[in-house]
Amino acid sequence: MKMSQTILWGDTVEAGASWSLRLRRGQELRIEDSEGGANVAALFYNYEAPTERYNMPDTLKAQHTAHLTKGFVLYSDMGRILCSITEDTRGWHDPLGGHNDAAAVRKKYGDSTYQEMRNAWKRNTRDNFIVELGKYGLGLRDLTANVNFFSKAVVHNDGSMEYVASNCAAGDSVTLRAEMNLLVILDTGQHPLDPSPNYAPKPVKFSIRPALPVAADDPCRRKCPENARGFINTERYFL
Amino acid sequence: MIESALHPEDAVYNQTVLAGDFWIHEIKAKQTFRIVDLKGNQAVDTLFYNASDTAERYSATDTIVRQRNIYLTTGTTLRSNLGNAMLTIVADTCGRHDTLGGACAVESNQVRYAIEKRHMHACRNSFLLAIADPKWNLTKRDITANINFFMNVPVTPEGKLTFEDGISNPGKYVEMRAEMDVIALISNCPQLNNPCNGYDPTPIQVLVWDAGQ
Repeated sequence: MKMSQTILWGDTVEAGASWSLRLRRGQELRIEDSEGGANVAALFYNYEAPTERYNMPDTLKAQHTAHLTKGFVLYSDMGRILCSITEDTRGWHDPLGGHNDAAAVRKKYGDSTYQEMRNAWKRNTRDNFIVELGKYGLGLRDLTANVNFFSKAVVHNDGSMEYVASNCAAGDSVTLRAEMNLLVILDTGQHPLDPSPNYAPKPVKFSIRPALPVAADDPCRRKCPENARGFINTERYFL
Repeated sequence: MIESALHPEDAVYNQTVLAGDFWIHEIKAKQTFRIVDLKGNQAVDTLFYNASDTAERYSATDTIVRQRNIYLTTGTTLRSNLGNAMLTIVADTCGRHDTLGGACAVESNQVRYAIEKRHMHACRNSFLLAIADPKWNLTKRDITANINFFMNVPVTPEGKLTFEDGISNPGKYVEMRAEMDVIALISNCPQLNNPCNGYDPTPIQVLVWDAGQ
């Protein structure tokens, strides 16, 4: 797929840090793994009416998938498409693994205080999410199952979950085209199933561009009949 | 497959819930709660909340990540979004239960089946009607990824998710012990478009026993 070249804004989300931004319908967000081995926990809300938000089960069952890659879309709980995955260099992003809270980070990586460590302290995705949500009047009740971009956890036939290390290398990227006006919340904390005992989150680069219009033969729209209907619902919302 | 030693005649609460109805009820810590799939292959969409602070609620991801397995069965601790044990599954004659398939909604029915399906009754309508009473202190924001007791939603190592015919049968049940005071919210699924329930939603039975029975 061709990509618009005009970068409106590009920046870095540092290791173990969070960021939130508004992404308008018709813009695309490209996230790049800067060093390899990154994880980006992400949440998505309808910017104007945030009781509409990313819904993991609706996303999975509409597309009969338990992983995310190019061609798949992220559904809200209202039958609409929040964003489409238009490019992906790796092939697997995890929708199942959730995120670490303070207790999990302490148990896995040990104690750390801001007093001692300054901004190198061991942060956790839960607290970072709560902070970002709080900036928009949202909170714990609004926290739902997140996507973990760049991470892979395989589910075996007995249901057991296995983390796959080194799913992504430096330079791997994923591009999301916003189909609605979105509040996007990102955090680069490590994946809960990452077995490494070392606190070593990785930074990512992001950039925002105008997206090309969604064509009639758009691969995400044509992925399955469900997505064609999801696009119809979304287009009707913006009439 | 673990059977229970509890007898229905000793239950302090015993109620049949018809397909398409909701059921919301407080279960006290140490009480035992059983759901019976009376006719087989019914999907029982279920959410739990901490009765004293409903911002703490069942979390599918916290539950599956902690046990490193996506299926719920005997021995599973149902975890809250704060990582606390809410209930423990102590008996299960079905074998496994889903927590990735979510609850049907008129909007998701439009996506999954046809735009014209929006008039059909759906679980999230039942959830919203159940929590309309302000005494529960719950709103749409609190309707999160739920448990589907008795539902078979396998995930493959290749990352596919499928809805398969049910693995439950008439009389199969799942039983759990409450580890805190919880509000149980159930939609007995009205779905007519999914082979999971053989296109035939059916009644369930809910029972509660006090500790020590």
